[in-house]
Amino acid sequence: MSINRREFLKLAGFSTVMGLTGSSVVDELLKTKAEASQVLVDEKALSAKRWAMVIDTSKFKTEEDYKSVIQACHSIHNVPDIGNPKDEVKWIWTDTYEHTFPGQENEYIPEGIKHKPFLLLCNHCYNPPCVRVCPTKATFKRKDGIVMMDQHRCIGCRFCMAACPFGARSFNWRDPRPFIKETNPEYPTRTKGVVEKCTFCFERLARGLKPACVEKSNGGLIFGDLSDPKSEVRKVLSAHYTIRRKPEIGTQPSVYYIIGTGGNENA
Amino acid sequence: MYDGGKIIVGLIIFVGLVTFPILYNMGKPAAMPELKLNTPEIQQLQEKHCVESKEYMRANHMQLLNDWRDWAVRDGKRVYVNSEGKHFTISLQDTCMHCHSNKKEFCDRCHTYANVKPYCWSCHLAPKEKET
Ligand code: HEC
Ligand code: HEC
Ligand code: HEC
Repeated sequence: MSINRREFLKLAGFSTVMGLTGSSVVDELLKTKAEASQVLVDEKALSAKRWAMVIDTSKFKTEEDYKSVIQACHSIHNVPDIGNPKDEVKWIWTDTYEHTFPGQENEYIPEGIKHKPFLLLCNHCYNPPCVRVCPTKATFKRKDGIVMMDQHRCIGCRFCMAACPFGARSFNWRDPRPFIKETNPEYPTRTKGVVEKCTFCFERLARGLKPACVEKSNGGLIFGDLSDPKSEVRKVLSAHYTIRRKPEIGTQPSVYYIIGTGGNENA
Repeated sequence: MYDGGKIIVGLIIFVGLVTFPILYNMGKPAAMPELKLNTPEIQQLQEKHCVESKEYMRANHMQLLNDWRDWAVRDGKRVYVNSEGKHFTISLQDTCMHCHSNKKEFCDRCHTYANVKPYCWSCHLAPKEKET
């Protein structure tokens, strides 16, 4: 004879209880975190609600000014110098006014600006389209606004590259190691098949240091907390007229530009 | 049954060949390789302790490393306080491999024995090995 409703419910209740306790036993067995261990944020770490950068283009005058900043970043992060534009990997680089601020060019802008290189890097957008499309959460937005790249989860699908309106991401088409002149032993390289980009030096912020490019820029790059009215970036932003790249798309970049020739009129 | 004898002999030879490696190795388990803990960095330690107890490390180091990378890369937490309250900077290259600077004679030896091939070293830089 089949069981009646009451028996069925009793049995179901009993199995549920067994199931619940059973799974907690399994959880207990899987727990591997050492008893009483803890993880902390370094006391020296710099923190913010939204990290941002202002690029004072008037402070970049000679080729050396750009080079030393780019070099500072690429050398500590083991960014390869592949030497052909098709395969190149870059975290911070330069491009023309026309390419940097498309739609904002006109015939009569000063020569010194028309032919001036502009520093470019990941904009760490407030609404990052790359994060929306990443299928593995390899790229994600941190609480401090940094659009982070977790190399461990990157499967190389390159959706993020298609989504980024700023070309801030590079794909490793080949093994980068042979193209790194001097490896920094304290930072990993990447490998063939992953995407990489600027991380606002999250690893340096965690130790209380500003990003490497900022440190090398002689005041040309200003870094700070956009949500703090007393921060250096906010002071600079309230004292100067600034523009951002492709604001019409609505990604809300966290990198601002003060446009000035810096006496580079004949360059 | 035609050629019954031949078939049986053939079968015996076949079974013998197939089971030879198993029989040959019976009773002599592959020796656990000797792990070298004599790096200069470890020799300088007052107490020769790892991040956690030896038993814990042996069983759970892969899990610990997995947590470490999530804590550092995803949560921005870079200080590990072990069960005895000692602090360590969370880093594979600069913490683990600082002490275990003999990757080949330590990590690799055991991994070869256990037939595991962590892919970490295609990005993380292995310590420069001293010639031995
Ligand atoms: C401060 C130096 C130091 C650091 C840092 C360190 N180790 Fe160790 N490790 C040791 C010492 C010393 C031993 C031997 C402990 C013992 O014999 O009790 C050991 C033992 C081990 C063992 C067990 C070996 C065995 O015989 O079974 C493993 C696995 C291990 N370490 C992995 C790691 C990993 C992974 C890390 C990074 C998360 C790490 N160690 C960080 C010093 C260190
Ligand atoms: C006592 C032996 C032993 C030593 C020493 C040892 N490992 Fe392991 N390791 C293992 C075993 C066994 C596994 C596989 C565990 C599994 O598959 O569950 C493993 C797995 C790993 C994994 C995960 C691999 C994967 O593909 O999931 C990593 C990472 C790792 N070990 C790192 C290290 C590092 C770094 C060291 C040296 C500092 C080290 N191990 C030393 C035995 C060892
Ligand atoms: C595709 C490249 C890549 C691979 C493969 C890779 N990592 Fe990483 N890993 C990185 C990068 C980049 C960082 C960020 C480094 C930093 O911020 O210091 C990192 C950070 C880490 C960290 C935290 C901080 C640090 O400096 O160590 C740990 C722990 C870690 N990885 C463990 C592993 C383990 C274990 C494996 C293998 C199972 C692995 N990684 C494989 C690229 C990689």
